[in-house]
Amino acid sequence: MTDKKLDPITLTVIQSGLQQVCNEMDLAFVRSAFSPVISEALDRSDGIYHKDSGDLIAQGELGLPVFVGTMQFGTRCVIERAKDLKPGDVYIVNDPYLGGTHLMDVRFVKPFFYNGELFAWLANTGHWPDTGGSVPGGFSANATEVEQEGLRLPPVKLYKAGVMDEEILAIVLSNIRIADQRIGDIKAQAAALSAGEKRFTELIDRYGADTVNGAIKELRSRAAQQMRAKIKEIPDGLYQGEAFVDSDGVVDEPLLIDMKVRKQDTELYFDMSGSSPPCQGPMNSVIATTKSSVYLAIKHIFPDVPINAGTFDPLHIEDPEGTFLYAKYPRPVSGCAAEVSQRIAEAVFSALVKAIPQQLFAAPAGTSGNLCVGGYDPKRDRNYVMYVISGGGYGGNAATDGLSNGCSTIGISKTTPVEVMEQYYPVLFEEYSLHEGSGGAGKSRGGFGVNYKIKLRRGKAKVSMVMDHGRFGPQGVLGGKDGGVNKVRIEHNGQTYIPPHLSKDQNILVQAGDTIRVSTPGGGGYENPSLRDPELVWQDFKRGYYTLQQAQERFGLALNHHEKNVDLEAIR
Amino acid sequence: MAHTIGVDVGGTFTDLISFDTTSETVKIAKVLSTPENQAFGVMQALANTEVPMETVETVIHGTTVTTNALLERKISSVGLITTKGFRDVLELGRRTRPKPYGMTGVFECIIPRELRLEVRERVDSDGEIVEPLNENDVNKALKKLLEQGAESLIIHFLHSYKNDIHERITEEIAKDIWPNSFITRGSALVSEFREYERGTTAAINAAVQPVLHRYVERLQQQLKEEQYSKDLLVMQGNGGTVSSNIVSEEAVKTVMSGPASGVMAAAYTSMQCGFSHVVTYDMGGTSCDVGLIVDGIPQVTSELEIEYAMPIHVPMVDVHTIGAGGGSLAWVNDSGLLQVGPESAGSQPGPICYGRGGKKPTITDANLVLGRLNPDALLSVDTPVSQEFVQTKLMEHVGTKLGLKDAEETASAIIKIANMNMAGALRLVSLARGYDPRDFALFAFGGAGPLHAVALAQELGIPKVLVPMRPGITNAVGCVVADFRHDFVNSVNELLANVDMEKVHEIFSAQIRAGKEIIESEGITVEEMIVIHHVDMQFQGQTHILNFPVQNPRVSRSSLQSAFEKAYWNRFGVELPEIRAVLVNLHTSVIGRRKPVPLTTLLPKSEQKSRIDDCIIQNRPVCFESGWHNTQIYNREFFPPNTEFTGPAIIEQLDTTIVVEPGNHVEVDKQGNLIISL
Repeated sequence: MTDKKLDPITLTVIQSGLQQVCNEMDLAFVRSAFSPVISEALDRSDGIYHKDSGDLIAQGELGLPVFVGTMQFGTRCVIERAKDLKPGDVYIVNDPYLGGTHLMDVRFVKPFFYNGELFAWLANTGHWPDTGGSVPGGFSANATEVEQEGLRLPPVKLYKAGVMDEEILAIVLSNIRIADQRIGDIKAQAAALSAGEKRFTELIDRYGADTVNGAIKELRSRAAQQMRAKIKEIPDGLYQGEAFVDSDGVVDEPLLIDMKVRKQDTELYFDMSGSSPPCQGPMNSVIATTKSSVYLAIKHIFPDVPINAGTFDPLHIEDPEGTFLYAKYPRPVSGCAAEVSQRIAEAVFSALVKAIPQQLFAAPAGTSGNLCVGGYDPKRDRNYVMYVISGGGYGGNAATDGLSNGCSTIGISKTTPVEVMEQYYPVLFEEYSLHEGSGGAGKSRGGFGVNYKIKLRRGKAKVSMVMDHGRFGPQGVLGGKDGGVNKVRIEHNGQTYIPPHLSKDQNILVQAGDTIRVSTPGGGGYENPSLRDPELVWQDFKRGYYTLQQAQERFGLALNHHEKNVDLEAIR
Repeated sequence: MAHTIGVDVGGTFTDLISFDTTSETVKIAKVLSTPENQAFGVMQALANTEVPMETVETVIHGTTVTTNALLERKISSVGLITTKGFRDVLELGRRTRPKPYGMTGVFECIIPRELRLEVRERVDSDGEIVEPLNENDVNKALKKLLEQGAESLIIHFLHSYKNDIHERITEEIAKDIWPNSFITRGSALVSEFREYERGTTAAINAAVQPVLHRYVERLQQQLKEEQYSKDLLVMQGNGGTVSSNIVSEEAVKTVMSGPASGVMAAAYTSMQCGFSHVVTYDMGGTSCDVGLIVDGIPQVTSELEIEYAMPIHVPMVDVHTIGAGGGSLAWVNDSGLLQVGPESAGSQPGPICYGRGGKKPTITDANLVLGRLNPDALLSVDTPVSQEFVQTKLMEHVGTKLGLKDAEETASAIIKIANMNMAGALRLVSLARGYDPRDFALFAFGGAGPLHAVALAQELGIPKVLVPMRPGITNAVGCVVADFRHDFVNSVNELLANVDMEKVHEIFSAQIRAGKEIIESEGITVEEMIVIHHVDMQFQGQTHILNFPVQNPRVSRSSLQSAFEKAYWNRFGVELPEIRAVLVNLHTSVIGRRKPVPLTTLLPKSEQKSRIDDCIIQNRPVCFESGWHNTQIYNREFFPPNTEFTGPAIIEQLDTTIVVEPGNHVEVDKQGNLIISL
């Protein structure tokens, strides 16, 4: 490589070029995928990685946030094991302990050759609807070993020199549910990498391998520089935050994330060693996911910093050995990507709001709300697995109230429309509404969660769920109150059933006529509610966001502010 | 004398073009837009042309009334009647956030919660009635909405695309009580599943309907006072026109009419020049719009999102907007990298060289420093600033921070980054869909488009650039050349193998019939009717669809299957014999062709020179990609038709400046269009 200094213009041009390679992979993947978790919920990510270190070079702007850091750990694990590489090879891997998340996130990793030499790696992750295991959809709430959670694949070449290995494919398809459509996802996932390969080759053809390599190196150090400039503005000090997971699904006790963030000069140090020990149920987090959760929290606070390995240089995360945030084989981990990751992010928010309150916000709903109904539909004579993933309220911030029904902190997904759900599954939604009263009170209040109620119309089914914030509402900050908690209520045969762990359970039997009602959390409030503009409190009341009693008790709504003699309930 | 008039109201200017169809001459007017009541600007432009109104046959109008009303939320008060349990669907949306990173941002539903009421009724996904409509609830809800001041009404029930009986009964009841005709029935506007998108489209329609209705009435009245009472046609977002008498019934369809007329003009002009595959590129002061024309037909989408969580699911010309315009600001970020846009200096203070107090460098300033824009023409505006002042500011804000040698190098860098951004957007929205750029021409218009077009074509591998005779009034030209157009969509959503093909043929026939009936009811003569069909298909289990054209409304099952497989391969490079195909939607567009307009009339004849060399007005140094060249500056108004020359050149005309790189070949065709070969 030459030492010639790159001009800043070429640098920007190559930066956008790398970004466009990733964006095209993202777009191709999402438009051709079968898994609705990928095509609608956008639960996938595409990126370019360093040929030796696996360090992140560039990542699609619309990739799922939780993958911001994990894929470089996963790519590293493939590099360590890779041998006899040829153009057209594609590794498949979903092992959580090898730089992954949970088993449903399946990674494809492809060596990228330029002029016959390994130049970089292209990789993507996509959430498959099922990878086997004890419950449909993979979110077993009370697994105690990873084997119960599904099929675990070490890095193996699914494509060898461009040709699919039918034997490996057969093993995969024999071990998962609704296997017939997975061939579609496999081809879509591989084709997205091919699209990236083509565009990346064009980019290097245009600017030359040395220049592109030089730019990649330089961009990495510039990203670190930009991150450090942001960190420098945070006052030096030690900031502590915490967050709780309701339970691990097996033992009904809360798990603590103890987050100590030390800021010194241009660096941030994260210490989570005071967190709860490893748990029996699936709420353990693998280290790649733990680190990635810290990265994404910081990215949410400083959204305009570009993402490559350099962005993470000033973030020093001590391995939380001996805690549930550093899971080792065979600890079950299905809840790590969807739930624990969000609690880790909240712990970071809760620490840093003490340092830079103007730039932070109260806790968001922070649960992916995974609900899975698997059963048999007698009318159509087929088995089905239905997922509902839901949003909740975001926390208030210095400028505005929180958004209602925002997507999970780690996601950027869209809900599946009720009209689509009812076409595919034997259910009738009786309600899809705003979770009144759930927004945490504050000068800026939290956004509201959602209520939905599903009635099973035919046959029998089993219901499983991995959610959170059922015991503790999302935290309010600076005097703001907590948001409303997550609630699940099942009416079975005229009897009401509430899951003992509130937000986690599995294989609950339901039959035609039974209903499942879920209310998702509201966001936390920001600053003291008594400071809220009375006009806004009045409007919230008028819209039915809060009852009269809630408006009076939580915000001190003074009725003399408006006419006392109006029929208040009739107003709504 | 008989005149056809196209008038387009844009953000800054109202442009008018008047064709005299007997003498084949043209008049043009450009006046400042009057946002408080666009009709003033329209009438002023008409007055300026001095065309006797009694000689006018048709006025075709492109308006941003509904766009502005929506973006500024100056909308009417809408009431919603919906299925019990679902009044919050429109507020909750489909659970996203405004930006992938950052946990802040807001969304305000266009119908406040107190105006969203529920009634007991339920239909399931097969169209079966689960719970009958409670008419008593309907009556109560209507009364309450009126008491609370709702002006327009939407009726939006679950699964009404499958069975609309409850929506229809509710509409009948409402018609007796509601004091005006502003009633939108969700499934009448969009007959597709997805309750949020269908409901939001209906809500937007209801919100802008009264606004458009009042505007059109005012304009009709004012035209009448000028003794004009013939046809007033309004441009829609699908690139077709519709009679002003019915336009407000489906007011939402006018929301994207501005960009649509530009693309229509591009399609018309390009076809006349012999190009059927075109990327359209309209760059103005704050943004640029990109569209795609394949086989002479602008690509249409039904999945546009006008802003965060505001989808409009009616067919509209597929135009993408990015924040890059002449006023886009150049700046250096924390990691020392040059960025251009998306922040813009707007028109106030505007670029530094406009002399309105702007201090931050913009794309326009960079073009000036490179000699591409004529300093004399620009610096005549407002309070002149010196070229040195512009150069100093470029260095201060960008050049010095990047360690660049001088203002010229800085300006080159700004242009390079701006072009890179625009090329990326062009590629992603058009060529990344599997088209080969070498089959396309780039149609450049808007005040700034022709300045950057050659560089973009170079970057994208597009071999030809087409600059129309009047790039600054392309939208008004689009109004004049646009046809009548009505689009229909019906959902099928069944495995192709199980679809009753007879039913498919019947749906297509019904769509054709409906389109022809509307065009006939508008009472306007058309030269011919053209019918276009598209289908949406997917593989079983997918949620995204692929849209592709079908020629024959009596299409067979096997040809649908193979056309889908081919389209899928072209787009994604994937074959899936393992999985069955699903027929999702059937689309039909019925187009009534109006009498063609001869574009030769746009060519100015009075000042025409006989030799191209006589069109050179000066020489000045200009910086191109390859460096500085002493360059001939041409005045386009002088160009004779059917001539050619070779770059480097700068071509100046009233409404734009065209950059021709060294070695580019320029052909002036018989209509005065420029075809630049790279």
